[in-house]
Amino acid sequence: MDKLDSIVEELRGELGDAVEAVDRPYGDVVVTVAKARVHDALSLLKARGFSFLLDIAGVDGLHLGRRERFEIVYFLYSLQDDLRLRVKVFVPETDMNLPTMTDLWQAANWAEREAYDMFGFNFDGHPNLVRILCHREFVGHALRKDYPVLKGQWATGTSDLRPDLERE
Amino acid sequence: MGVEGIPVTKHETGIITTRIDDLIRWGRKNSLWPLPFGTACCAIEFMGVASSVFDISRFGAELVRFSPRQSDLMIVAGTINYKLGPVLRRIYDQICEPKYVVSMGACACSGGFYDNYATIQGIDHIIPVDVFIPGCPPRPDAILNALVKLQERIDREPQRGPRRPVTEHGQTR
Repeated sequence: MDKLDSIVEELRGELGDAVEAVDRPYGDVVVTVAKARVHDALSLLKARGFSFLLDIAGVDGLHLGRRERFEIVYFLYSLQDDLRLRVKVFVPETDMNLPTMTDLWQAANWAEREAYDMFGFNFDGHPNLVRILCHREFVGHALRKDYPVLKGQWATGTSDLRPDLERE
Repeated sequence: MGVEGIPVTKHETGIITTRIDDLIRWGRKNSLWPLPFGTACCAIEFMGVASSVFDISRFGAELVRFSPRQSDLMIVAGTINYKLGPVLRRIYDQICEPKYVVSMGACACSGGFYDNYATIQGIDHIIPVDVFIPGCPPRPDAILNALVKLQERIDREPQRGPRRPVTEHGQTR
């Protein structure tokens, strides 16, 4: 049993049924965790060496027919053991709140802002949850599958870039 | 030599006479100071035009300025998205008349292949454009050709009065 397996087993022992599935698509381990325990799962993984949060990705499965419409995936990397792990959480459309991971990784700050901007996930406890890519007058969330992809929205000010210069 | 393109009368004493409008027009078209509004790979291509092999200074436009107050030719080189639109407009508004705009490359002209929610489908939605250069990116020759075309246009334009309607500040469309 290699190191990654033992970490996953420990996670399973710690969280019990909250670890909903462990898959190995294309050789990478994906752990699906219940939304209520995701912060516990990630803090345990960080303590086991996953010191590097590579990215946070949102998925809109509007036409995929999965259990819930949205998924959020945390990409973790262990610098000390050269291991990769993904943690997936199903997020229902009616409750898009998730705990922030900025207390574990500073890198979560911008990644969560992007996930909020593009999909509308709401990260409780995030220090500055505002749009990061689209301008602040943008209405809706651009990477949702029901957002019309060609629909541009005009910006009228430059407050995104220099709030100190803009009087609103 | 020196004053090609201006109707002049030469006198024996070494004095020439011409009309002041003609002289100003001649000076204006041969000393365009570009402001590169570079946001993407077209800006890299513009560097090639400005440096020695293609040498934009042969057409008098080598004094690249990064302040709108010191330039009269805005070269928009790259993708302009909706978030950047007000910035582009504000910088354009800060250039003194007479001012000219060259839209360089497919993205600035029409959005290029970025046909999506984020990209403005052509900067002429925001600012008036004098010359469009197609290409992804355009060849340096095409940029020099645009400059020559613009100089021909300056040769034809009336000197007195506003060149085009003055646009209202802060509006992006």
